[in-house]
Amino acid sequence: MLDIIYEMFINSYPSRSQFGLSFIFSQDWDPVKDKFGALAFIYGTIVSSIIALIISLPVSLGVAIFLSEMAGKFLKTTIGFLVEILAAIPSIIFGFWGLFVLVPFMRNTVQPFLQSTLGFIPIFSGTNIGTGMLTAGIILAIMITPIISAISRDVIKAIPNSQREAAYALGATRWEAIRMALLNAKSGILGATVLGFGRAVGETMAVTMVIGNRAQISAGLFDPAYSMASVIANEFAEASKTIHVSALIEVGLLLFVVTFIINSLARLLIYTATKKYDTR
Amino acid sequence: MTTKDIFITDKNLKYRKLKSNMVLIFCVFASILTVLPLLYIFFYTTASGFTHLSLDFLIQMPKPVGETGGGMANAIVGTLILIGLASVIGIPVGILSGIYVAEYSGGIFSNIVKFVTDVLSGTPSIIIGIFAYTVIVLTTGSFSALSGGFALGIIMIPTVTRITEEMLKLVPQSIREASLALGISRWRTTLNIVLKTALPGITTGILLAIARIAGETAPLLFTSFGNQFFSLSLDEPIASLPIQIYNYAKSPYTDWHQQAWAGAMVLVLLVFIINLIVRFFTKNKFSSDV
Repeated sequence: MLDIIYEMFINSYPSRSQFGLSFIFSQDWDPVKDKFGALAFIYGTIVSSIIALIISLPVSLGVAIFLSEMAGKFLKTTIGFLVEILAAIPSIIFGFWGLFVLVPFMRNTVQPFLQSTLGFIPIFSGTNIGTGMLTAGIILAIMITPIISAISRDVIKAIPNSQREAAYALGATRWEAIRMALLNAKSGILGATVLGFGRAVGETMAVTMVIGNRAQISAGLFDPAYSMASVIANEFAEASKTIHVSALIEVGLLLFVVTFIINSLARLLIYTATKKYDTR
Repeated sequence: MTTKDIFITDKNLKYRKLKSNMVLIFCVFASILTVLPLLYIFFYTTASGFTHLSLDFLIQMPKPVGETGGGMANAIVGTLILIGLASVIGIPVGILSGIYVAEYSGGIFSNIVKFVTDVLSGTPSIIIGIFAYTVIVLTTGSFSALSGGFALGIIMIPTVTRITEEMLKLVPQSIREASLALGISRWRTTLNIVLKTALPGITTGILLAIARIAGETAPLLFTSFGNQFFSLSLDEPIASLPIQIYNYAKSPYTDWHQQAWAGAMVLVLLVFIINLIVRFFTKNKFSSDV
């Protein structure tokens, strides 16, 4: 584990010494001219993950509530099982499916529709090529929903039943009782969300196949972009110059540090949330 | 929500009931929305894979562009070799550290191990790939099956550790005490009594870990690299199913796309069957492997 950090630190030395801090703040990425700046990738990673979170969070919460509070035994096990399988499908399959099914669907149906109805908002303008930020966000949302909903379900289940009964006894409707449970579970749900975000940030293959792979920062959601993990996946095997390889390793180091922080935070939140009601 | 606004007029109650029902309907809708893409992906892949899957696909080598037919025999064998290598590295390390955390815990160090495995399981697999690249590919000077297996092995470790730990904790304390009371030494107790009792659970955990690494693509891109030919040697690049699917999917040839769908189907079925087996044998013991 420490060795991972050490190796990446050492091997990214040429790039760190040459570019310094400007590596993070520059968006020029030109292997031919030996100019490397990772800002476009950082932007792409963060924005696509945020899109995924915006789509996935309400849906996952719905699933979690459904599984923990509403579903009967049969539905609970069936849907629970399906959601777990969804989490286990290799990301390359998502990418492949995304490239051949979701991308044409976005290009022919979703994007023209969004453009004609919401085209006056700048983020929905641009050319319809199917691949791009929004498509990547949607694929990521499909991939992180199982994670967020599975953990949220466990956290909500850990809330003692007496809480719900108390709420019902006060005359609360079903949603109001569930809302009480949600309020108590909020730190755990936040943890699950952060964990899902971490997964989205580190996701490689599916994103690489649908994000469009162009190092640029553009406000348009339909425009192709690039993410940190994708640039490593695409260029690492072909990078021949030491400086190019070390720049890619530095991108990896950045990615590692970011996911490390995100994951530690998530684990801490989940841990405290489940610990609180462990004595039931 | 104070008691005051619960006891208000009937009209308010109607509104609250409506709101409650709306939210519940949304939850059902959300569940359908989540399950739908899964079923869609699963059936789409199976359907498009099935029409292109044949015996040739499983036993023949890839053909050059333009020639129809051919298969992915080398990739299937390559994936099996990589899984084997990864298991040799990942399973012992995972089980041993799981035993350590469960049986000899208490100190600060076991908490550190626990935390590190948690974080490692959340680390993007491509980072592990870079690590394997710097450690093995740079030192030996070439892409190799070994480095790919190494990367996959590291990815396996957290899952195996976690499952081993949880399974060992399920073994009743009285069994350990009984064994120790008979004068059996501690390591023998752990190995022959505790581990043996927990073995079925650990086996299913290992199956889950294998299902996960079977489809890993990112770390293999620059470790095992891929190979169009049949290779069994560990110090040369080797083909694998996920990489082959990736390369074929990016290519402009319909014939290759069809091959990729067939490969994708093989992968999905593999994962699905392993999960089904695990589910069948454990009956809800692991509610989630996250």
